[in-house]
Amino acid sequence: MSTRIATCVVLACVALGAPSTLSPAKIARIDTTADALLATVFEEIVRGQLDTALQNIEDLIRITPNFRLAHLIKGDILLARVRPIETIGAAPNAPNANIEGLRAEALVRVRAYRERPPEDRVPRYLLQLRNDQRYALVVDTRRSRLYLYENDAGTPRFVADYYVSSGKNGPQKVREGDEKTPIGVYHITASLPRQKLSDFYGSGAFPINYPNDWDRIQGRNGHGIWLHGTPSNTYSRPPRSSNGCVVLVNSDLEEIARKLQVGVTPVIISEEVKWLSLDDWTSERNSLERELERWRADWESLDTDRYLAHYSASFSAQNADLNGWARHKRLVNSGKTWIKVKVSNLSMFEDPGKAGLVSVTFDQEYRSNNLSNTVKKRQYWLREDDGWRILYEGTA
Amino acid sequence: MLRVPPDSKKHEPMTCLPRLVAQLVILVFSITLCAPLAHADELQDINGLLKQGQHAKALERVNQYLAQKPGDPNGRFIKGLILAEQNKTAEAIEVFAALSRDYPALPEPYNNLAVLYASQGDYEKARQQLEKSIRTHPSYATAYENLGDVYTKLASQAYDKALQFDSSNSAAKNKLSLIRDLMSSGRLPGAPSAPTVALKDAAPPPAAKSAASKPESKPAEAKAAVAAKTDAQKTEAKAVVTAKVDAPKAEVKPAAVAKADAPKTDAKLPRAQEGDQQAVLQAVLAWADAWSQQKVDAYLGFYAQDFKTPKGEGRPEWEAARRERITGAKKIEVAVESPKVVLKDENNAMVSFKQKYRSDTVKVDSRKTLVMVRTGGRWAIQQERTGS
Repeated sequence: MSTRIATCVVLACVALGAPSTLSPAKIARIDTTADALLATVFEEIVRGQLDTALQNIEDLIRITPNFRLAHLIKGDILLARVRPIETIGAAPNAPNANIEGLRAEALVRVRAYRERPPEDRVPRYLLQLRNDQRYALVVDTRRSRLYLYENDAGTPRFVADYYVSSGKNGPQKVREGDEKTPIGVYHITASLPRQKLSDFYGSGAFPINYPNDWDRIQGRNGHGIWLHGTPSNTYSRPPRSSNGCVVLVNSDLEEIARKLQVGVTPVIISEEVKWLSLDDWTSERNSLERELERWRADWESLDTDRYLAHYSASFSAQNADLNGWARHKRLVNSGKTWIKVKVSNLSMFEDPGKAGLVSVTFDQEYRSNNLSNTVKKRQYWLREDDGWRILYEGTA
Repeated sequence: MLRVPPDSKKHEPMTCLPRLVAQLVILVFSITLCAPLAHADELQDINGLLKQGQHAKALERVNQYLAQKPGDPNGRFIKGLILAEQNKTAEAIEVFAALSRDYPALPEPYNNLAVLYASQGDYEKARQQLEKSIRTHPSYATAYENLGDVYTKLASQAYDKALQFDSSNSAAKNKLSLIRDLMSSGRLPGAPSAPTVALKDAAPPPAAKSAASKPESKPAEAKAAVAAKTDAQKTEAKAVVTAKVDAPKAEVKPAAVAKADAPKTDAKLPRAQEGDQQAVLQAVLAWADAWSQQKVDAYLGFYAQDFKTPKGEGRPEWEAARRERITGAKKIEVAVESPKVVLKDENNAMVSFKQKYRSDTVKVDSRKTLVMVRTGGRWAIQQERTGS
């Protein structure tokens, strides 16, 4: 039986220590197996095979002794021998909130096991990974799932996915203390080892850059949104249970920690991941890349009107609106006899929080007759009715 | 082995025993193990002492008895009970464990081991023993009920771990029932080969053989013996029910199954169907037992989700009325007699039987037919019809 085999694989992994010599895709992860075992157990319960269901849930508890959901289901299987059970978590006199959390966890875990991420599609957000961005994380708060993608010469390749918990009050963080998880394009800004943290954060923490430029423009505030582990008294936390952080099972966090690059690895947090076929993904990427190239060429051309046509009416910069920006650019360009602009290390990530909004980052090497500089630049491009426009521009 | 002069306790003054219990003891021991009447008398006296709470005296007497009849299962069984009453749990466990090793086909020692393990808080071990008890005797109501309690307790422990809260002061506390009498389970001749196996395996180990009384029948004769025993068992079973012992620790739960006559099964049934019949019957007996115990939740749990209420009233109304009726009675005894199981297909069955209902206020005998349906692996009542 496949469950038995899966269990054996996991037990073998546990017994042999971390299987670090295996390639990432081949690692039999505990969490995937936990979901697989859970799904099997549910199927057995539905078929009335309570004995094997009990054996399997006990196997699971042996592997993950602090897995509260597994204990809950074990309770149900036992109680089902005494009286009919109508739902997951039939514990009498139990606090309702606790049960609801575990029920929700059961549903998202089984759903994740049954509905695998589509193999021939990619999350639409990962339009362009930089060469040095070896991995990208994409979070789906509705499915309570984190997807790990590898940068395979510019194309995102699925590696693994993990159960995660997010903010108590759901997604779309707006202000400090709202206990919501932000939706947007972020990256890892630091790595905090277990030794520097309390037990609450489990095996480590990785802060992300909320609020980002777009969040600030939108007037969002708050801070301290992290990816982190789980306290030692539980294997996992319910799907909606954090103060806004994205929480992983400790063993999962340890596994992805090896792949995360501080200041580099993108973390895209969505309410629900939107997928694109590779063809659609390629044409979307090419369309924006062409537009960026036109912007660069128009800047070099010293035709300020053509250059300004790339900017949206609702454009803003760090200290200017479109009019201020236009005045400044006309003034600067009037003193130029030539300009050369080079764009390199380009990355483009569509923002899950606003359709058609793309966070673009690149190294800009600017040379002219009287000034040269190199900056790291961030632009937000928006697909408006008649094409791509720049909504924001500044240094990254 | 320690030997006590055989005449030392010959003239023990007669203790005042509830009559039926006395009869029961004689009956049980004479039938099942062919003990000479004198020995049965002695055991009966010891049992009486035990029930009066004279534990030390009872223990002394049973030790003397066992010195004369080393290995005698009935003596050992009573000794186990006495030790249990004295809260000498470890010693009691030793006695019942040895009994279950020597007589692996008897369900009672497993049950009592389970009760003792449960009293130590080891519900996992209790569950294992009860499952053994039921394996040896598939329709053993007391073991089922105890197992239900153990499952409930284990479930509650699992829920505690899941929810990180302590339910130890909530309703989940259950006291399990020690079986007070060896052979109390009243074997159902209809149970697949259980009586035969029981008798065969119940042969005492070689060391004890010479001194211990012998089981009544050998495997070859088992069938005849079972048939011959049926009447006697009826009497025995009634005695079990009536003999509500006021033991300080554990109450005897009258085993509904013991009251059941041999179900009329079709001899030519294929194996699988026979198992199904057995499962249907078990469900009916457990239902009657829950009713007798006034465990309303368990009782209501035997009704299928699509149960047709008798007057077409809503399920909640019907449940509320049943709850009021059942909890309102001071006591209830429901006996299932002469059940007849008809399997319509693998998921549908009908069971008709004579239902003897006794409460503190009412006494009704009626014919009852239950329409049973199997959902999610268990048999539940879809319709309940009364009529003669």
